[in-house]
Amino acid sequence: MLVSVLNGLAIGSLLFILAVGLSIVFGMMDVLNLAHGALFLGGAYLGAAFAGSWGGFLAALALAAVGGLAAGVLLSLMTEPLRKRSHLDQALLTLGVAFVVAELLIIAFGDDPLSVAAPPALDGSVSLLGATYPTYRLVLIGVGAVLALVVYLVVERTRVGALVRATVADREMVAALGVDNRMVQATVFAVGSLLAATAGVLGGPIYGARPGLDATVLILALVVVVIGGLGSVRGALVGALIIGQVDTLGRLLLPDFASFILFAALALVLVLRPHGLFGSPASAGAR
Amino acid sequence: MTALDAPAVPGGAAATSPRAPRGRSGLVAATVIVVLAAAPLFLAPFATTTLTRILVFALFAVSLDLLVGVTGLPSLGHAAYFGAGAYAAGWVSINITAQAPVPLLVGAAVGAVAAALTGWITVRTGGVFFLMLTLAIGEMVQQVANTWESVTGGANGLTGVPSVRIAGAPLANPGFLYWYVLAVFVLGFVLVWLVARSPFGAALRGIRDNEPRMRAIGYPTALYKYGVFVVAGAVAGLAGSLLVAQQRLVTPADLGFLTASFALLAVIIGGAGSLWGACIGAALVILVRDALGPSLGGHGTLVLGAVFVLVVYLLPRGAAGLQLWRRRGSS
Repeated sequence: MLVSVLNGLAIGSLLFILAVGLSIVFGMMDVLNLAHGALFLGGAYLGAAFAGSWGGFLAALALAAVGGLAAGVLLSLMTEPLRKRSHLDQALLTLGVAFVVAELLIIAFGDDPLSVAAPPALDGSVSLLGATYPTYRLVLIGVGAVLALVVYLVVERTRVGALVRATVADREMVAALGVDNRMVQATVFAVGSLLAATAGVLGGPIYGARPGLDATVLILALVVVVIGGLGSVRGALVGALIIGQVDTLGRLLLPDFASFILFAALALVLVLRPHGLFGSPASAGAR
Repeated sequence: MTALDAPAVPGGAAATSPRAPRGRSGLVAATVIVVLAAAPLFLAPFATTTLTRILVFALFAVSLDLLVGVTGLPSLGHAAYFGAGAYAAGWVSINITAQAPVPLLVGAAVGAVAAALTGWITVRTGGVFFLMLTLAIGEMVQQVANTWESVTGGANGLTGVPSVRIAGAPLANPGFLYWYVLAVFVLGFVLVWLVARSPFGAALRGIRDNEPRMRAIGYPTALYKYGVFVVAGAVAGLAGSLLVAQQRLVTPADLGFLTASFALLAVIIGGAGSLWGACIGAALVILVRDALGPSLGGHGTLVLGAVFVLVVYLLPRGAAGLQLWRRRGSS
């Protein structure tokens, strides 16, 4: 039971890192970035390529961060010409990009699932209240908590964060105040993509790296975003923790129907709070 | 459509009569059906099989177009109903009977039921929200197919599905199978076309263009969206039962994200809202995936992804839009 709760926490913190960028980009610009899962997969493959030593792990993290930043800026530039068109076109564009990226990764790394070793000294397990538990996952929970705190503080307590929140709330008004919200968008896109690719490296030792993983994590992130509410950091955090617990508990209790339980959670939240737990009707109504 | 067609018709008398273009498109449709029906007489078995796959996927894409193009509900989870129909038809063929109308009816019914069970939650939303929800539902249904081994065969899929039987005789010959698929395709296409043309279809287009106004006029828009979601699920299930008749196998990949996005790609390539456009898009997708894919080392997806990106940039209204644009340019 404790192991399951901890697993849920570990997956929840991973999901938060992944989903927060997706949520803010969507809440702010209504751009649904369907390439988010592909970025995660890219990070996971980087981790697989370099894993085994601390140097390799850190190098993979650094590469994923740089690559994620670059990919985010690129995606932001690519969606720019479609600004005047429907948001669906932008989502479809990122879907096409996701296909291309995932296929290129498969060409580069092969079809077979790769397992990723945790960095040395973290690949063992510790005993915790009588149960043994992988050290890496404990560390992951810690890293997730720290990142969540950092993102929360940046978004809620700094000037840049205030700008981001203001853009989520009313894009036109912020533009009227003389802020180039394309810059804000590009920055958020880049940071969100950085977090997604980093989450891929961090999640490597848990999920491995395999074709199809991009879709799996994209769905989980979308469920988190829908449950939490668009454009809300707090929502992404709570959503990620809920989904982390629901998913691991579901797999433990009813392994055949774990996905139904996920759907049930999603349905329940949407029936009770159509805009997600922390979403405001205004941001969802804009679509 | 009629107004734009008119200048292209040679002769002033034909152009002024509103019936002329409709008569002409009826003629085109009849010609296409005759050509399609005669195709297996001239084609090699492999080409016939490819054409069969195209028809199956085209019917699936047409059912999706009812949601995307007509109602304005972009779904990325429509393969769930396609696959549910395929699994149901396959299961019935193995365990009960493969006699002709039974797998079709069961496939369509299960597609409709699956859509009815999940649709009530999706139709509460619209736009990109709808896209997200359907994507999530599609993926969950795929996970069920993957894990519910006693019925679906798990990751290996449902194998050893017997041939469809008509009046007791199995349809093993690719040519006969093709005609069977063609007949059901025409049936399904006409059904969707009739729905799109009916007053119900007009209300759906109204919802697509301005849902709040439709609601204000007094249309129960959520009910309409739910209705079309179930109809689209039924037609997708029908297409699924054709899939299993052709492949004699269903795997979880058939109801996955990739299948759903390829169908959406087909609709977008063809131009959302144009039913024949969706068929052309489906033909392109299947040709790239099944005919061109093997020579690319199985990386047809790469090409399709690139096509997706290009179509979004260059053809905002798909192939149907291209046609419109050319005609407008010539007149």
